[in-house]
Amino acid sequence: MNLLLLILIPLFTAIAVLLMRNPQHIKWVALTGATTQFITALWLLLAYQNERAAGNHFQMLFEQRYNLFTSWHISFHLGVDGISTAMILLTAFVVIAGVLVSWKMTKMTKEFYFLLILLSLGAYGFFISLDLFILFFFLEIAVIPKYLLIGIWGSGNKEYSANKLALMLMGGSALVLVGLLGLYFNSPERTFDLIRLSEIGISTETQKICFPLLFIGFGVFTALFPFHTWVPDGHSSAPTAGSMFLAGISMKLGGYGCLRVATYLMPAGAKEYANIIIVLSSIAILYGAFTTLMQKDLKYMNAYSSVSHCGFVLLGISMLTKTSMTGAVMQMISHGLMTALFFAVIGMIYERTHTRQINEMSGLLKVMPFISTIFFIVGFCSLGLPGLSGFVAEMTIFMGSWEHPDAFHRIATIVACLSIVVTAVYILRAIGKTAMGPLKEGYANLTDASWNEKLAAVILVAGIIAIGCAPFWLNNLVGPDTQLIMQKILLTQ
Amino acid sequence: MIQPGLYQILFISTALFFIGIYGFFTRRNLITILMSVELVLNSVNLNFIAFNKYLWPNRLDGVFFTIFIIAIAAAEAATAIAIIINLYRSHQSIDVENAEEMKY
Amino acid sequence: MPNVTYITLIPLLPMAGFIMLGIFGRKYFKNTSGIIGTVLLLISTMLAIHTAYGYFFEYGKLDGIYQKMIPLHYTWLEFSKGVSIDMGIILDPISVMMLVVVTFVSLMVHIYSLSYMKGEERFPTYYAFLGLFSFSMLGLVLSSNIFQIYIFWELVGVSSFLLIGYYYNKPNAVAACKKAFIVTRFADVGFLIGILILSFYAGTLDFNLLIQKLTSPEASEFKNAVTTSFLGLSGLTWGLILVFIGGAGKSAMFPLHIWLPDAMEGPTPVSALIHAATMVVAGVFLVARLFPVFSMSTTALNLISYVGIISALIAAIIACTQTDIKRILAFSTMSQIGFMMFALGVSGFGGENGIGFTASLFHLFTHALFKALLFLCAGTVIHYIHSNEVKDMGGLRKYLPITHISFLIACLSIAGIPPFSGFFSKEEILLAAFQHNIIIYFAALITSGLTAFYIFRLYFHIFWNKPAIVKSDHKREGGLSMILPLILLSIGAAVAGFIPFGHFVSSDGSTLENTLHIEFSIAPVILGLTGIFAAMWLYLKQNNRPQKIAASMSVLYNIVYRKFYIDELYLFVTKKILFKLVGRPAAWFDKNIVDGLVNLTGNATEYISNKIKVVQSGKVQQYAMYFLFGIIGLAVLFIYIWK
Repeated sequence: MNLLLLILIPLFTAIAVLLMRNPQHIKWVALTGATTQFITALWLLLAYQNERAAGNHFQMLFEQRYNLFTSWHISFHLGVDGISTAMILLTAFVVIAGVLVSWKMTKMTKEFYFLLILLSLGAYGFFISLDLFILFFFLEIAVIPKYLLIGIWGSGNKEYSANKLALMLMGGSALVLVGLLGLYFNSPERTFDLIRLSEIGISTETQKICFPLLFIGFGVFTALFPFHTWVPDGHSSAPTAGSMFLAGISMKLGGYGCLRVATYLMPAGAKEYANIIIVLSSIAILYGAFTTLMQKDLKYMNAYSSVSHCGFVLLGISMLTKTSMTGAVMQMISHGLMTALFFAVIGMIYERTHTRQINEMSGLLKVMPFISTIFFIVGFCSLGLPGLSGFVAEMTIFMGSWEHPDAFHRIATIVACLSIVVTAVYILRAIGKTAMGPLKEGYANLTDASWNEKLAAVILVAGIIAIGCAPFWLNNLVGPDTQLIMQKILLTQ
Repeated sequence: MIQPGLYQILFISTALFFIGIYGFFTRRNLITILMSVELVLNSVNLNFIAFNKYLWPNRLDGVFFTIFIIAIAAAEAATAIAIIINLYRSHQSIDVENAEEMKY
Repeated sequence: MPNVTYITLIPLLPMAGFIMLGIFGRKYFKNTSGIIGTVLLLISTMLAIHTAYGYFFEYGKLDGIYQKMIPLHYTWLEFSKGVSIDMGIILDPISVMMLVVVTFVSLMVHIYSLSYMKGEERFPTYYAFLGLFSFSMLGLVLSSNIFQIYIFWELVGVSSFLLIGYYYNKPNAVAACKKAFIVTRFADVGFLIGILILSFYAGTLDFNLLIQKLTSPEASEFKNAVTTSFLGLSGLTWGLILVFIGGAGKSAMFPLHIWLPDAMEGPTPVSALIHAATMVVAGVFLVARLFPVFSMSTTALNLISYVGIISALIAAIIACTQTDIKRILAFSTMSQIGFMMFALGVSGFGGENGIGFTASLFHLFTHALFKALLFLCAGTVIHYIHSNEVKDMGGLRKYLPITHISFLIACLSIAGIPPFSGFFSKEEILLAAFQHNIIIYFAALITSGLTAFYIFRLYFHIFWNKPAIVKSDHKREGGLSMILPLILLSIGAAVAGFIPFGHFVSSDGSTLENTLHIEFSIAPVILGLTGIFAAMWLYLKQNNRPQKIAASMSVLYNIVYRKFYIDELYLFVTKKILFKLVGRPAAWFDKNIVDGLVNLTGNATEYISNKIKVVQSGKVQQYAMYFLFGIIGLAVLFIYIWK
């Protein structure tokens, strides 16, 4: 398995899209590209599992290294472990669904698809790079298209949202850059190589300064309280596929960065600041849930619920147990699939009813059985119904968090547990008001999902159910690598 | 004929420099301002030549720099006059006060 | 032990039905879906009966004691070493007994619905949901792992949600299904935290290991759990209380009962299945499943007893004043589950002490039969009258003869009149209470009198009272598929009491002889008969005595009629406190403070740059002046000051 494929396929798709003239052809090219990515990602999963089954115990598989700037020790170093494989799989799912959902895009089709594919390129690159410099490079590639996606194809107060999102994310990446440079200049051997850095170790003083920089920097991407306010505005202004990419992929870049860069490289720093992050993420979980309760717009509702759900990711990471970290990764995957599907459904409903206000809709189950059923499924996933992915992830985080016997961690866990009731309230309120109830006048002629929407939804639902009904494969995929991170944490005193 | 010493030349170049500065600050006409700038540049040229001749007579660094500055001054004058002409076209005047509105 | 892999089919067949009918039902099985669902469940039922026969009579016993066996399980999700969610099957007397009850009642409901739900637009969906429910409930009773039970616990919750909200275009039904889900969800958080606590101490999620570790006094896990204390209660007690809260939510125990009456908005057969016979007793089942651990904590058991008896009493009182036929039955269900709960609470572990345990599950068994019967009869009545209100009914005995007889049998059974099944189980419960706690015994005695009164009030209202106003002329009692379940359940309700239940189900698996003390039974039976005669006096013929009595205690009557204002209290807490005092400030805070800070940063930057842009005047000569003085300043600085 050559990891360069994961970068080259989107790259060539993007170039091909740029060269095309006919919007119809562009769509098909983009879809072909997304499908190829999807197949490649599945192939990667199989190849990875085969390698592991064959007894390959290297931490990173399929490594590749090309020197870029020898004098600065920057190299193009690629490789995957279980966590990145899982994240790549998530990206592939979201990308293909996103392309399918925006099938009816008529405004500047070429540019739209180009940016979508560019974003996916950034995400893939981010997840497979093992060199902090190119990791940062891909992070920036994944940020900039979002500004244009929202600013050009968005709705509502789109300039404001685009600016806010871009500035906050740029602020986050500025912190990341400072942290990375701090690591680079303070490590005994000047290198950006992630594996090398973790081998030679970083002094405790440096960790204490760089950890918060990196964690907060990546945390901004994952809606770390109180840096989460770009989430609601950004998501609600973005076009459907934009929201899906934003919530499904971009927010996960941050979570992955927090785990892979911040926590893995700087275990001592992680220990030092864990309690602060636990407090912040517990606040985000419960407070995000309560704020969601008050939202009247479906997109705002889902965006705030993302704040709450991403709080689980950060909580899982900062609890610093193997189980909770595995749970955090699972939550990233689960939330990515779920929230992408949620935004897709909201987009489908909006296209038909031309409103996103919960109170203005009623009885959609009657005219759109397919969309409403998906809405039910995704809602249940969000509130943690067993059999769907949300449950597995949340329970793993709870079990992991509960391993700490002291009162502080216990209270944080209980706070997180309580949020599942609030989640049930807002999800059921939304479902009850929109899908159920008497059919609203004038809605009788609304149509159900078209083939592309059905396909997109089915792909994402398949992912959700695959994790929800058979979580062991994900657990086995991710578990050994979180175990490695955990070992490093246990070794530091 | 009395050979002028370094001090005399420096005196002239200083005078030229301040005349240029004075013109730059007080004139309103852009062409005159440009001419003042040329005066300043030329005073620097004089300095270079003088120092070259009196301090390191066997080297040519000062001369090179002077030629360099003359070349740049020519380019600068061309650019500046182009700007001034454009300004004149749009404002029917080459008064420096009128150029103010080009700020932000 | 023989190969028992086929047991997995018992839950999986209904699940297959769910998937098939859920995805393809609308297109391909528009009319046949009912038959498909029923046939699948029939196979499940036969397998369940086969299992029960095999377990009770062939391989279940070892040295005269029924064993807890886990014939198969596999790891579903491993958290850490030893702590994992396993999907497995546990075979012990209670799970096997529940297996039979659930499949049997579910089958009856499937058959009954064939004609009851005929012509509904979402007929396939209905059977799909029934399949989902049967799957989840069967999975729940077979769970071998405490987390597995939680998983199915949530799944029955969601099937209940879907089925209550079946008539999704009725706003009442939507409100009811949301309420049911959210209230039980709230209780489930307690259950979840309880699981976390118990698993933390025991270091395992497996039922057998968990019970083993938390009940042997010399095990370090047990010592740990008992010695750690928080707010005056030991860790073990906290865990058990929290688990019980989960059970109380699902079983509609006071004060988490508010969802059950509203849940009657669902189709009546669903009420019979979910909200009378099976799902609502899951709480009792859960306590019974963990009973060895519960018996280690007197505090938890006392809590269970008092919650049980208070629920039983309150529900019986409220049931006397309600006018909606299904709501009366709902409160009756709550009351009877209260009986089961306190029976567990007053029980001890092992041997003769465990009479409460046996009695509780015996009552669960008989209650499932007669309460399902009551609901199905009510369904027939509603089907015929097209109304839920008792004031629209009366004199129906001639029009619905089979229903009338079945209903009467069920009423006598629930009222505890010998020789019907309810009598035996209730006597045993009262005996257990009498031996253990005399206050509870007397409260239970009063409750059983009230039970007889309210159920016969309902009976006379429907079948006697005023002459019938018959509008509809369609088939009286539905087709055979509506009559057959009534007959089968009537037989069950009439004779189930003669099963020597203690021989099969007891707290420790050993045989417990059913002892019937005639002199002890006199008081409850007389009280029951009094209740029946009081109801007869008031409601046999149309008269104004009930109104008079209600008027004479109008304040009290109103309080009871409004169900002690508990619903209003909840509404106040959620609407006024949670939404207004927590939700709204949180949203305000986010919009104005957190987001305000973000905007402030932006605005401040803009403001400052606006201020300093004045320096950029556009006057070229001014710039040159700054430049010159700057250079001079720097020159002075470098030459004279900073040498």
